[in-house]
Amino acid sequence: MSKKSNYYNILIKQKLEILKEYLYLLEQNKLTFAALIIILFLILIAIIAPIIVPFPSHIYGAVNPQDKLLSPSWTYLFGTDEMGRDLFSRVLYGTRISLLGSLIAVAMGLLIGVPLGLMAGFYGGFIDEFIMRIVDMFLSFPPLLLAMAIAAFLGPSLKNAIIALIISWWPWYTRLIRGQVVSIKEREFVRAAHAIGTPSWQIMFKHILPNCISPVIVQASMDLGGIILTLAALSFLGLGAQAPIPEWGLIVNTSRTYFIKAWWYGIFPGMAIFIAVLCFNLLGDGLREVLDPKTKKY
Amino acid sequence: MLSFITRRLLLGILTIFGVILITFILVRVVPSDPAAQWVGGRATPQQVAVAREELGLDKPIYVQFEHYIKDLLKGNLGYSLMTHQPVVEELKKRFPATLELVFISCIIALLIGIPLGLISAKDKNSWIDHFSRFFSIGAISIPTFWLALVLQLIFFMFLGLLPSGGQLSMKIKLFQTVPNITGFILVDSLITGNFAILKDFLKHLILPAICVGAYTIGLVARMTRSALLEILSEDYIKAARSYGLPERLILYSYALKNSLGPTITAVTLAMGYALMNTFLVESVFSWPGIGKYIADAVVCLDYPAIMGVTIFAACAYILLNLIADIIISLDPRVKL
Repeated sequence: MSKKSNYYNILIKQKLEILKEYLYLLEQNKLTFAALIIILFLILIAIIAPIIVPFPSHIYGAVNPQDKLLSPSWTYLFGTDEMGRDLFSRVLYGTRISLLGSLIAVAMGLLIGVPLGLMAGFYGGFIDEFIMRIVDMFLSFPPLLLAMAIAAFLGPSLKNAIIALIISWWPWYTRLIRGQVVSIKEREFVRAAHAIGTPSWQIMFKHILPNCISPVIVQASMDLGGIILTLAALSFLGLGAQAPIPEWGLIVNTSRTYFIKAWWYGIFPGMAIFIAVLCFNLLGDGLREVLDPKTKKY
Repeated sequence: MLSFITRRLLLGILTIFGVILITFILVRVVPSDPAAQWVGGRATPQQVAVAREELGLDKPIYVQFEHYIKDLLKGNLGYSLMTHQPVVEELKKRFPATLELVFISCIIALLIGIPLGLISAKDKNSWIDHFSRFFSIGAISIPTFWLALVLQLIFFMFLGLLPSGGQLSMKIKLFQTVPNITGFILVDSLITGNFAILKDFLKHLILPAICVGAYTIGLVARMTRSALLEILSEDYIKAARSYGLPERLILYSYALKNSLGPTITAVTLAMGYALMNTFLVESVFSWPGIGKYIADAVVCLDYPAIMGVTIFAACAYILLNLIADIIISLDPRVKL
């Protein structure tokens, strides 16, 4: 075995140890652990949704007037909607839309926000001022309001709602990363990298970024929940997904017309939003405790 | 400190300018033609051209921006595309309803949130703490609009205890003259001593207020808990304990007072969030406020109305943050 691969083996072993430690800490915190299990379960559902739904044709189009607005039964676990579509199938498939939508929004937000924050913190001076004033401008809006205005002006659709979420979320990551970079860039290893003539971009991405990413990971995992909620809210207002996409917020919105006749219609999709958001928030809370050295137990 | 407030005010004005800039950019990158929407679907190209000239859309972009700012300074937010009425009049008319809702919901949030955070911090890691943490994280995770539907279902449909929506019941609107002095039903009915109206109004208010305040309850409880926990671990508390002071005294007059700063921040932040939540709740409860106005405007893509509410809400949000900063700066321990 060469020296290099030996080195990597040790490195991997070390990382595995750290991972084990985190998992142990997560296990100690039962609620967080339960949330993690449910999230993994939701992800599984999102992946295999098209295979496991009982009525695949009900997800989008099919109309069965003879079965409209039936209350929950063994055939239709969550009941049916005004077009006779199985709500269980639609809510199950909705997992895919909400999870994927929120994942895309967070990933894109990170892709835009992190490099800008790195640059602002690393270069300082005019670049810093310029980027951070733009960030301040965006942050002076409450996120839902900005997303709503942008989505309205781009025109209501699922794609535009996600774009609106990206535009209103990236500044949070920029600010978070910048704060970290400012404190890390004065450290010796960064100066050493400068001294041996490492190019700036390499210092930023290879030396500074790995050292300031963990608070961003916590933030992103909490944001996944917040974005699912905001996406559902946008759809509820009519600015997100349009019929016949089985998006949870949209289903709750359509259910309002039939609310006197069919209580089950809005209850189940809303419950799905609640559970998903709750689990991501619990996970984020738990992660923060695990990653924060102050609250570490040993 | 005065210099801090001036600096903070100037920054606030700069931010509002930023908000206006962003909203202006939004208005101008809109793919559809505002002039075409203004004259309606059946207009001839000539009519559209005339409308474009009337609305000033044929001028260069910086001239348009100048006009836009001048209009805003005059308090003119444009005309609704649907009703052709000034947006600002509509906002004025609807503002009291929303303010009452936000105000009452924040009071509910404080009355529940602060004690919840307090008992949670008092016995850290007890079952009460676990329960209250779970409750508050649940409160910030619940979709507001769904909570509204669920409460409506329970209290209106199944129990028949509370009305489903509106501000006052039909009976009162038809047979009594509702006093209109300040525009706030709560204040007016108190001034005139009309308790029948007050009771009816509160019955209508309670469900929307809980929905709007749900997020806030969670937020306040979490912030109170973490602020208290931090303070309870400080030396002066240890000193007080070692003197043998009763735990109640330590908690209420030593710790709680010092956690007020973060809690005030939480309250103003919470009012901002509550304002956002009215957008989702008011339309469910047919509450005639700003939230319902924007929810309706969004459905028919009434851009000036959406813009007007956006600028209004953003300014309110900035103002709230400003107030929070100023209140906190009054604390002599804060170095500026």
